[in-house]
Amino acid sequence: MNLDDLQRKLIKAARANPLSEQVPLAFEKRIMAVLKGRQVIDEWAFWARALWRAAAPCLVIMILLAAWSFLSPTASTANAGSVSLDVAQDFENTVLAAADQEPAAESFR
Amino acid sequence: MERSDAELIAAVLKGDAESFEPLVQKYSPRVFATARRYARRESEVEDIVQEVWCKAYQKLKGYRGEAPFEHWLMRLAVRTCYDFLRAHQRRREAAFTDLSQPEKDWLEHFVTDAEGTNEEALAARQLIDRILSDLSPAARLVITLLEIEDRPVKEIAKLTGWSSTLVKVRAFRARAEMRKVLARIAKEKYL
Repeated sequence: MNLDDLQRKLIKAARANPLSEQVPLAFEKRIMAVLKGRQVIDEWAFWARALWRAAAPCLVIMILLAAWSFLSPTASTANAGSVSLDVAQDFENTVLAAADQEPAAESFR
Repeated sequence: MERSDAELIAAVLKGDAESFEPLVQKYSPRVFATARRYARRESEVEDIVQEVWCKAYQKLKGYRGEAPFEHWLMRLAVRTCYDFLRAHQRRREAAFTDLSQPEKDWLEHFVTDAEGTNEEALAARQLIDRILSDLSPAARLVITLLEIEDRPVKEIAKLTGWSSTLVKVRAFRARAEMRKVLARIAKEKYL
């Protein structure tokens, strides 16, 4: 018996075998029911979605607060110069506080 | 108006799970035909197809739309069938005595008149089914894709995820394995 011939014949037989594409009735409904049953809440996805949604309101609040701090009446143009001058003077006094004390101590000797 | 695959997939990814149903309806016949190549019992076929669709739903985010959805789905189907074959691996080592009477008659006819044997006979189909079920999962998959479905090596590599070289090596081994199974069956009586 020629095994190569037999193999070729059997492969031909398999090729000639038409495969059924028949789908059981309402199979898609069954799949959808299985998928709904399998759906599990992904906690990370839930948090990621929530954080993305929260990003837009946070941005709006940040812009509003920034605008409010720039345009607030305490920083009006009349006082703006004196306020900024006071702050600069305070800063300078604080930084040079140690240097100011040393000449005073030397004069006591 | 019928929605395109891309529209349906986009809707599913946005959270509309119901849009997956038309895809299942449209492509299930192809998936069933593929699964029937690897499983005999209808309950097993249905399990395979169900698994294919569940995987498709879970991995839909990974579908980038570069190839048609059907190609992506068939890759998933072939790999699921291969997993099924590996999970249900059984090496029965059928002998001539295990064959049914029509299968024995067909073989007898082949021995006496090889050219005149009808390969479209039901017995021939049953015999090839029996031989394929005796092969290892990789051999069965590669024989099915390469010899029976007549697909090119490159396409098989894409479908299975193996390299082209591996497909060729496995095809060579699969043919040898098939000849071995045939020899075992025929040995008792004809060799």
